[in-house]
Amino acid sequence: MSGATLNPIILTLVTFLPAAGAVLLAFFPRRDRDIRWFALGVSIITLLISLHLPWNFEGGRAGFQFELDRQWVTTPNIHYHVGIDGISMWLIILTTFLVPLSILISWKSIHDRVKEFFILLLVLETALIGVFLSLDLFLFYFFWEATLIPMALLIGMYGHGRRVYAAVKFFLYTMVASVFMLAAILWLYAHTGSFDFVTIQRAIQSGQVGGFVTAARWLFLGFFISFAVKVPLFPFHTWLPDAHVEAPTAGSVLLAGVLLKMGTYGLLRFNLGLFPEEARRNAPWIITLAIIGIIYGALVAMVQPNMKKLIAYSSVSHLGFVVLGIFSFTQAGIDGAVYQMLNHGISTGALFMLAGILYERRHTYEITEFGGLATPMRVYATFFLVITLSSIGLPLMNGFIGEFLILSGAFQARMIYGILAASGVIWSAAYMLWMYQRVFYGTVKHEVNNTLPDMNGRERLALWPLALAALLMGVAPMLWMNSIDPAVARVVTDVSQRSVQIQRPTVVPAAAAIESDTQVTGQ
Amino acid sequence: MIPADAYIRILPEIVLSVFGIIVMMLDPLLADHDNRKSLGILAAFGFVAALAATVYQTTLGPAIDPAGPATWWRMVRVDNFSIFFHVVVILVGLAVTLMSFEYLETQQIRHGEYYALMLFATVGMGLMSSAMELVLIFVALEISSISTYVLAGFRRRAAESAESSLKYFLLGSFATAFFLYGIAMMFGATRSTNIVDIAAALHTGASPLVYLAIALMVVGLGFKVAAAPFQIWTPDVYEGAPAPVVAMMSTGPKAAAFAVLLRVLFGTGAPGWFWIIWVSAALSMTLGNLGALVQQNVKRMLAYSSIAHAGYLLVAFAATRDMNLGISAAMFYAASYAAMNVGAFAIVSHFANAGEKYVLVDDYAGLGRRSPLLAAMLTLFLLSLIGIPMTGGFFAKFYVFSAALKSNLIGLTIIGVINSAVGAYYYLRLIVLMYMREERVEVAVQPVSFGLGAALALTSVATIYLGVLPGHVLNYALASAEMLLPW
Repeated sequence: MSGATLNPIILTLVTFLPAAGAVLLAFFPRRDRDIRWFALGVSIITLLISLHLPWNFEGGRAGFQFELDRQWVTTPNIHYHVGIDGISMWLIILTTFLVPLSILISWKSIHDRVKEFFILLLVLETALIGVFLSLDLFLFYFFWEATLIPMALLIGMYGHGRRVYAAVKFFLYTMVASVFMLAAILWLYAHTGSFDFVTIQRAIQSGQVGGFVTAARWLFLGFFISFAVKVPLFPFHTWLPDAHVEAPTAGSVLLAGVLLKMGTYGLLRFNLGLFPEEARRNAPWIITLAIIGIIYGALVAMVQPNMKKLIAYSSVSHLGFVVLGIFSFTQAGIDGAVYQMLNHGISTGALFMLAGILYERRHTYEITEFGGLATPMRVYATFFLVITLSSIGLPLMNGFIGEFLILSGAFQARMIYGILAASGVIWSAAYMLWMYQRVFYGTVKHEVNNTLPDMNGRERLALWPLALAALLMGVAPMLWMNSIDPAVARVVTDVSQRSVQIQRPTVVPAAAAIESDTQVTGQ
Repeated sequence: MIPADAYIRILPEIVLSVFGIIVMMLDPLLADHDNRKSLGILAAFGFVAALAATVYQTTLGPAIDPAGPATWWRMVRVDNFSIFFHVVVILVGLAVTLMSFEYLETQQIRHGEYYALMLFATVGMGLMSSAMELVLIFVALEISSISTYVLAGFRRRAAESAESSLKYFLLGSFATAFFLYGIAMMFGATRSTNIVDIAAALHTGASPLVYLAIALMVVGLGFKVAAAPFQIWTPDVYEGAPAPVVAMMSTGPKAAAFAVLLRVLFGTGAPGWFWIIWVSAALSMTLGNLGALVQQNVKRMLAYSSIAHAGYLLVAFAATRDMNLGISAAMFYAASYAAMNVGAFAIVSHFANAGEKYVLVDDYAGLGRRSPLLAAMLTLFLLSLIGIPMTGGFFAKFYVFSAALKSNLIGLTIIGVINSAVGAYYYLRLIVLMYMREERVEVAVQPVSFGLGAALALTSVATIYLGVLPGHVLNYALASAEMLLPW
């Protein structure tokens, strides 16, 4: 089939293919082997089809592409309106990329209720993709809530010791928070008669929404709370460590890799897109929370005795960077934030996989249980090192690009933001490397660790793509930036045009420094 | 001479009554120890025939002489509104009958009247939604109530069932007396018991007596729909009555009573009930959800939850600024609540086993492992009761709250939203138990029989249909709302 004919239905296809797979899976006999292979097959086909998107994406264009707009429900006026720009496209690819790897990594560790596990995983994939491509607020909310149940069930059914507590906490936190978003969405619908993102945005920009000026503050907060819990932004983060520690490996990978990005994506798309003035007005305290998150998350991560908890808190820190980048309102900052979302998905996803590999062998995440692992598990140690370096932002690795852009954006916004946030880079190097040292260096402290088998073929197969992606994103960011940049430029223009004091983002030296290509230099 | 049109206007009721009578007559022909499944199947056919009759009613044009014999001298009106509720109550009756085959067998209840009473109860409920004459409404209410009183006592070997039946009967009679007083007052105030005449009389000016009449009627119907502060009977009655009967009486008569409320409150344009409904809605939601939080018995929990849902539904009544929206939201809510609650009770009744032994929340531990299909179905219904997208319960809540917001009922909406969040907790508890806990007792789960499977298929398809394509049903409800309003 030629590319063009596929364009209108491609997003629908990518979204619902996993769900269709899940439905078929429900009728499978309980032969675990077949179920695993089938789930893997479905997720790989989804990945391959989703690659159609970057392949046919028109890089220079800022608007939404591959759009499809159909009436879904007449009263209220709900449309099935999907479409992507450079920001959401890569988040979708990240999702379709991580799911097959999650399935690979769960191959052996899930041996009970296998069928349900893979059904939930595939349903989750559909919901996640749906979140990123919805251009109808109702549809967005629909998918947003739909991610909740499979994820909570994955944690609660396949998790570790306190899994029920973690699952319920996760569910209630996000559920309660998203009620505020629903209220805001309903207000917008009541005053514009539409759930359509583009329509509402246009109506707001032209000032046609009655009562918007007084309501905007509350609407902004409604969306913000729901997204801040998801990110999670300090002080709404307390569900995250519990959820991560108890979740099965695949759950953690998708939770950290994609679910948290729903929050930052939402902030970027809706809070900035619909309420630019409120975003500017609230930016100082949001940035403050983000910076607290960066430093607090790092400090708490440093003292964690549990490897998975450490990675979880490092997520709080890293996502603080992303929020900082978004609310810097600079081209570089937001570019970096989007890039960092992808980076974090890859590096933290990989870290959780690696932690899971160790757990399968020793059934513990306690750092003190290990030490000197570099000797018995050489390949493992190498992978872990590569990913650690990617996570702490070593130049040539993906993390560097993201953090660098965010920090330069933060410096442009206000010097003190940059200075404080930059300390986070040091902290993250400290806790990650310290953990690496305690786990891998020295002599083997516990006899049992001497005989641990190294990574097998399947595990290597799951990690190789991530390591390669981390490297590729570090050396060739333009592959991604070409499509991210115009979308971000549009967000930046929207935010600055509507603000009281117009601060036009100047040419971005940071981005230009990375690639001599002048495409990055704002607008 | 009564024209054929007139009989078509009550055709579903005729069909149901005929089948009910046939079931009654066949019952003595069967040996005492035979099971009554054959009668049940006959009753199920009766419901299907009644459904066909209702669909046939859609072809009926408006009566040429609206005050003449074709409408039974304005006692019965067939419009979108009545057809909507007929379909709901008949489908409820059908689903409940289907799930009863197995239930009666496990509980060793061998009385054909059970099915006959189901049919008769549905006659009453159907008539409640199409009657335009308060006295006829009262008669219909009694037909449905008395059948239900008897049905509630059908577990004759269990003391709770007798308690349930008696309690329901005593309080129910009390409530219908209130309703009757209301009718009398209304007659005194407007010199008519016909809703059209009342509407015309009220339009020209209302005597103070009307307020009393409306209040009394709301009390009577408030009891039937288990709205606070008339909800006290609900948990005991639901706990003792046979589970399929609870499935019916928590949905069918409720939907019918809501239909009457809609007709009486909106159809007459009566004044002065806004704050009664407002307070009742807020109280029902709050008391229902708080009560449900601490229940250990699933039937009691669902009883409290049904109080809460009556509250959500009443929120739609209070949305009076745009009445069409409020009425259609209430209708949609009644339909989707019927689908999800009957479905949930179908599983509860199946799982309860002989003597309704397993009805505690803890008994559900590990159900996800022992019976993945049942657990998945129950999860669907519970998620719908919470109001998660993809289920009818979501759009039901959505329409209700958006109608409330349109009418600027900010306070009531906030109370409702907080209540939904509280409600999520106890439904989730059951899901958590089913999937995330190991079974404590080895409770045997019977394989799903055909009747139950059909009932579950019906209710789950309806729940998902209302959650994915709510447009058709809602538009139908909107169209009927327009006809309901007097001007």
